[in-house]
Amino acid sequence: MHERSTSLLLSALLAGFTLLLLATSGRAFGQASVAQLAADLGSSDFDKVSAAVTALGFSKDPAALSLLAALDEKKLKIDKAGAPLIEQEDGALKNPLTGASATSKEGLTTPGLNNIVRRTLRLSLANLRLRSEDAEQRRLAAQTLAESPTAESAAMLHDALEHETDGDAKESLELAIAQIDLAGDDHAKKLAAVETIGASGELGLKPVLEQLISHTTADTEQNKALKTAAASALTSLETKELFIRIVRDLFYGLSLGSVLLLAALGLAITFGLMGVINMAHGEMIMLGAYTTFVVQSFFAKHAPGALDWYLPCAVPAAFLVCMGIGIALERAVIRHLYGRPLETLLATWGISLGLIQVVRLVFGAANVTVANPTWLSGGFDLASGVTLPYARLVTIAFTVVVVGFVYYLLNETGLGLQLRATTQNRAMARCMGIKAPRIDMLTFGLGSGVAGLGGVALSQLGNVGPELGQGYIVDSFMVVVLGGVGKLAGTVVAAVGLGTVNKLLEPVSGAVLGKIIVLVFIVLFIQRRPQGLFAPKGRAAEA
Amino acid sequence: MRGVLNTFLRMHTPGQWLGFGAVAAFLLGVLPALNAAVPAGTALHLPDYLVPLFGKFLCFALIAVAMDLIWGYAGILSLGHGVFFAAGGYAMGMHLMRSIGKEGVYRSELPDFMVFLDWKELPWFWRPFDSLPFTMAAIVLVPAIIAFAFGWFAFRSRIRGVYFSIITQALTFALMLLFFRNDTGFGGNNGLTDFKRLAGWPLSHPLTKLYLYMGSAAALLSGYLICRFIVKSRLGRVLIAIRDSESRVLFAGYSAAPYKLFAWTVSAVLCGVAGAFYTPQVGIINPSELAPANSIEMAIWVAVGGRGTLVGAAIGALAINGMKSYLTAAYPELWLFALGAVFVLVTMFLPTGLVGLVSRIRTRLRERKVQAVRPAKADAPAAVEGAAP
Repeated sequence: MHERSTSLLLSALLAGFTLLLLATSGRAFGQASVAQLAADLGSSDFDKVSAAVTALGFSKDPAALSLLAALDEKKLKIDKAGAPLIEQEDGALKNPLTGASATSKEGLTTPGLNNIVRRTLRLSLANLRLRSEDAEQRRLAAQTLAESPTAESAAMLHDALEHETDGDAKESLELAIAQIDLAGDDHAKKLAAVETIGASGELGLKPVLEQLISHTTADTEQNKALKTAAASALTSLETKELFIRIVRDLFYGLSLGSVLLLAALGLAITFGLMGVINMAHGEMIMLGAYTTFVVQSFFAKHAPGALDWYLPCAVPAAFLVCMGIGIALERAVIRHLYGRPLETLLATWGISLGLIQVVRLVFGAANVTVANPTWLSGGFDLASGVTLPYARLVTIAFTVVVVGFVYYLLNETGLGLQLRATTQNRAMARCMGIKAPRIDMLTFGLGSGVAGLGGVALSQLGNVGPELGQGYIVDSFMVVVLGGVGKLAGTVVAAVGLGTVNKLLEPVSGAVLGKIIVLVFIVLFIQRRPQGLFAPKGRAAEA
Repeated sequence: MRGVLNTFLRMHTPGQWLGFGAVAAFLLGVLPALNAAVPAGTALHLPDYLVPLFGKFLCFALIAVAMDLIWGYAGILSLGHGVFFAAGGYAMGMHLMRSIGKEGVYRSELPDFMVFLDWKELPWFWRPFDSLPFTMAAIVLVPAIIAFAFGWFAFRSRIRGVYFSIITQALTFALMLLFFRNDTGFGGNNGLTDFKRLAGWPLSHPLTKLYLYMGSAAALLSGYLICRFIVKSRLGRVLIAIRDSESRVLFAGYSAAPYKLFAWTVSAVLCGVAGAFYTPQVGIINPSELAPANSIEMAIWVAVGGRGTLVGAAIGALAINGMKSYLTAAYPELWLFALGAVFVLVTMFLPTGLVGLVSRIRTRLRERKVQAVRPAKADAPAAVEGAAP
């Protein structure tokens, strides 16, 4: 520990700290208590503050770090007696040394900072953090120091590197040193630094290399070698970046595909199997999302402790609510319009207008807040800057489960058998004793219920408002028509394919243009292959 | 030539011609006179603010007639007629924007939104719209070209029924997204607005408004005559046959696609003209005209009035929009319920629309008279059966 402080003092000297300051910090080190130093922070004399900051930077007291961090974030107050108070997130004031809360807010001073103090503060903070128990803190401190390539930063980093045991933190330290070396004049060090950066795969350092290449003129052998090395390091970084981007785009494509699939799956049942053009399908999704909101509010009111678990309860609730509404619609309106698809289209559009207006009157026209449960927030870090949100990962898994559920229901249960029989040959199915009207009702209910499940998932990914469903209706129809009406597997392939293509196009053409290109592509594709995509049998087939 | 004239004259019975003349006289003579000749303040005076409103309604009625030509007579339900409406409207809007000159907010040669986006010069596709004749040609040709290209692909690959409807909906949806972008060059989501004059006439002047209204009325009346002529001609008979059974038409040796394509393109052009009259009277054109909901609302105008009657479509458009104007002002939260209910009730209980209802009632009354003489036949066929694909 002693060597470290010595080298730090030396580096302070190198940086041209005033003699007075050096003497003060030397005196302060090991002598003044943290409480005394904290009181000094409140002084109006900047020299005194600076000295206290430096001394705290060498202190072994864990409170020193929180004091300096609070000073940095402007959350530190000093009361009349000189006791430090840190403003907590809830606004309360707490003394970090004693743990006591402040009694009154009167007579507090907020320490002022000038440029010298700020500079000292930054170095002291980094110094404290470099010695922190937490490897992550040490890593961050290294990154902070790398941003100011000065000799004292380099000295601190070298010193810390000797004692570092954690792999990640060690790499960060080496990278920070490399960045500082790059700004220096030593050619050998520069070459080594370029190689370190290239090998690290740290994408954030790309600009550093680019700058190096553009600023180095290839006049001498040395500079030529440096330029070549930098170019190859840059290439390796770019390769990695491309790879990460592809993985990320594929993931987001899959995620968008799963959303499209959830939105379209219910439609694949009502439109694909029954031939009913349900323009109110989007509103079923919207109602599913609002059911989630209602369940969440119920939990918040009656069981705040279990709020995190509202989502599993919302899933069956949304399914049942939307299924009920779907069955009611089928009984009241849609069954009178079988065989008249264009009329069904208009009538269900009218229903969708009514449902939107009902939701507007009940819940208001503004979006409602459906919060992710804590176990769904956050994400999985793929690489620096690339995070895969848990909400999206869970949505993909949920989609797989829902598709499995629908597949099982259609292919492995008695209801599914009757449903498929009615679709293929209604008259024959009735002769075999199947109650076709009842099957119609249940099929439509199933399609609506699945749409409700889609709404639960969408409520976790985006805004929940009365017009939520309107945005999905065109996309859903596109997915079902592209995948082939009446084919569940086709719907899955079309949704995932469309999602991926959309996301891969986005960086090239922009989000809106990408969507337009995809729509145009679908329109052209359907015109090229209408027969191959439409199921030739079933009630969807034209007479 | 003589045959054409003959067909034209015979497309209405003398009584129908009389009715048509009466409506034309009312729209083009009586209403303008009530506005311009009757002094303000008297009970019969038509206030100035109502003139553009009526003009707007007549534009909608023209759209409905155009929709009816393809839906009622060819069985093609388009959910994308907003595209053609917007094409005509934007063409007119671009000319109006250019006519503002330097009187915009930024006092620039360029339209305000371009100054706002920091564009330095006019995009190439804006330049010809300085000229009024070019604009008038564009109002007809742009919708025609879009419709022809789209219909060419769609009808040749025999896309029909709901698939056609869904694809047209996707078309208008895609174009809406495109027009919402600032980079597309049509003013982004604000659209084109703040118009000052048309052909030198200030748009705020009451007389300009009256002329625009009369233009809309003339467009509606001639649009109706064109559609009526088409459906009463031999071509119209083929269209009706296609509507009732496309397969049989094909087996009879007709190729359905050119007939559909013709009607489809005519319908699109009429929509474009409606859009061109709509823009100066309403004072704005923006991408929300391309929203799928707008296009689907056009279909309900036709359904309410009665498909396959042309007159019914116009009546339906006027009825629904009159109701909309009243309800959105008096009971704004009720409007969507009312519109939704109209959608559901008309499709379920009134498949032939208002006109069908009237003729059904008339048939009933006549039957009741005949019943005294001989036993009634089974239900008389309604005026026009719905187009089932």
